Amino acid sequence: MYEDGEKGLIVTDERLMMGLNGDEAVAYAIKQVEPDVVAAYPITPQTIIVERFSEYVANGLVKTDFVSVESEHSALSSCIGAEAAGARAFTATAANGLALMWEMTFIASSLRLPIVMAVANRALSGPINIHNDHSDAMGARDSGWIQIWCENSQEVYDACIEAWRIGEHTNVQLPVMINLDGFTLSHTMENVFTLPDDVVKNFVRDRRFIKVKGHLGESELRLDPGTPITMGPFDLQDFYFEHKLQQVEAMRRALEAIPEVDAEYEALSGRGYRLIHPYMVDDAELVIVGLGSTMGTASYVVEKLREKGVKAGLVKIRVFRPFPKDELVKTLRSIPVVGVLDRAISFGAPNGPLCEEVKTAFYEEKDRPLIANFIHGLGGRDTSPSMIEGMFHRLMKIKSRGRVDQLIEYVGVRE
Amino acid sequence: MSDLTLKEAALKPDLLASGHRLCAGCGETIIARMILKAARGPTIATSATGCLEVSTSIYPYTAWMVPWIHSAFENAAATASGIEAAWRAMRRKQKGPLSRYETLDIIAFAGDGGTYDIGLQALSGALERGHDFTYVLLDNEAYMNTGIQRSGGTPFAAETTTSPSGKAVPGKKEWKKPIDEIVIAHEIPYAASINPAYPMDVLRKSRKALEADGPAFLHALVPCSRGWRFPPEKTIEVSRLAVQTCIFPLYECRFLEGRPHYELSSPSLAIAKKPESKKPVEEYLRIQGRFNHLFRPEMRVDLISSIQEWVDNRWEMLKEKSGV
Repeated sequence: MYEDGEKGLIVTDERLMMGLNGDEAVAYAIKQVEPDVVAAYPITPQTIIVERFSEYVANGLVKTDFVSVESEHSALSSCIGAEAAGARAFTATAANGLALMWEMTFIASSLRLPIVMAVANRALSGPINIHNDHSDAMGARDSGWIQIWCENSQEVYDACIEAWRIGEHTNVQLPVMINLDGFTLSHTMENVFTLPDDVVKNFVRDRRFIKVKGHLGESELRLDPGTPITMGPFDLQDFYFEHKLQQVEAMRRALEAIPEVDAEYEALSGRGYRLIHPYMVDDAELVIVGLGSTMGTASYVVEKLREKGVKAGLVKIRVFRPFPKDELVKTLRSIPVVGVLDRAISFGAPNGPLCEEVKTAFYEEKDRPLIANFIHGLGGRDTSPSMIEGMFHRLMKIKSRGRVDQLIEYVGVRE
Repeated sequence: MSDLTLKEAALKPDLLASGHRLCAGCGETIIARMILKAARGPTIATSATGCLEVSTSIYPYTAWMVPWIHSAFENAAATASGIEAAWRAMRRKQKGPLSRYETLDIIAFAGDGGTYDIGLQALSGALERGHDFTYVLLDNEAYMNTGIQRSGGTPFAAETTTSPSGKAVPGKKEWKKPIDEIVIAHEIPYAASINPAYPMDVLRKSRKALEADGPAFLHALVPCSRGWRFPPEKTIEVSRLAVQTCIFPLYECRFLEGRPHYELSSPSLAIAKKPESKKPVEEYLRIQGRFNHLFRPEMRVDLISSIQEWVDNRWEMLKEKSGV
């Protein structure tokens, strides 16, 4: 039996353990969720997701309508049409595909459609490159999507189930982007504990709709000939601004909804993630903050440094949008030195995108750490344990000098 | 196929309500209202960005009495694909908001910019995938919503704000893109040309398009008083001349047993049978300000005759395909 004693946890049943790479973990979770529509276009390193899902469709394992569109722009447009019609819709992409969707990402969130999209993060062209960095998702950071970042395939699997409940939460109603590092996660086989189909189905349940006041009366926010509403109207100076603030409010509410959904998921699976994941920070003096799979390597380095008596720690940001400012400040307030890892450049900006968020979070705080910024791993360049150890050594120097001399340090790049 | 009489259509409530802000004499309104009259029952409409979209949905007002969505310019066909996929999946699962509708008329409206140009890829994809929806090309032959810029649908020599007639160049240098042939090459069940001057033809073809099992394409010529430079009360006259001169013949094409079957519709068939009734294209050009420079300060006989040749050539090809 998969149930574990009185708590009813479904935790470590060997029969529910599968060897899955990150893409397969996405496809398997989405198979179990069985959305009405999947519209997607192939792009490395996301392609395995659509390949596996197509197999599920071909073998009749899902009733999902798979729309193999002619572009990512149409992928997201079809998802918008489907979700507007009251369906659940999923898509997946990477890099240039996400860039091609860019226009539609803003429209999906402003229409308040809880689409779920997996992004196998890949460096944005040009030059063209197929390997991992975060330039794609960072380019969409202001598009109004919730962004969840994963460290391993297990987190990917769990996020692909939780995302529906988060996005469809009646206080939220926003699209959700699940980020998994291209190749590092998407193509790397790991052990993943899965849940039984019925448990997943019960957890995600049916999509919930909010009520709106339409011109023909009250209706659920979806296209239904029985209760016609107009979606995506022309919205000018007199209302546009208020509608944008509704999105601001929805993001704020997502900060409450995500831990709520996560707690429910944890009660079911034994795995909970919340907004940020601190590791060995309580007494830490040097803390690394970052996103994605690099944080797995960083936790290994933290453990090694701890053995040597260095008070190292890390904070993994699981949810980047909405940005978990309060949790982060609470966790890092008394840390002397923090190093923020960015796997993307904002050209011409004083810092990388994540570092700017962290610094902004601390601007109004009296007690705040010295904050350094390391930009690493662009275009799939490996970020090794020794590089991360090097970053901790830099943080040590900053601590002894009492100041940050260099706004950004580029790590692992030739002179 | 069930025919809709004019009386029945007149008695049906308008699904595009009055109060919208489209211009007086706009051909789009006439066509959109008639197509909606032909709807069989449950209907969902989507529009690409353009005149129809901005003029019918200025928040907090809307003219749409059917569920309607606009999301972007180039994606009307992709949005419709998603709606259709949603409906199909819900029918299969027998679960979900749309699962109770046995038929669902999904109509995508887009202009010539949203079809010939920026929306061509999404349209081609949706046709190739075979979604069951009706795509309506509202062809006013330029980007009217942004102020009359040339598109792939603008005819040769027409003046627009990006193909002005100057001393060196007399209006648009290129010929109108043969969009119908491009669409028909996708081997879709039904395609037809329609025109506001022939309402019964519009109703009949719209119903056929909605009933087709798979993608259907309606190419509507929608004269634009502002952009074509004619008085708004002359919309129907201009529309009719387009058919009478054969610059925009009325026909339909069904794909049966592996090949396209073209059929001239009665107003054009009458001309084919009585060639002397075909009017010179000059009559059509002369009443539109966008072709003024073909007549003033001097008559550009060279350009007018090359337009006539283009019309004649395409008319002959269409007659050949229609077996007339």
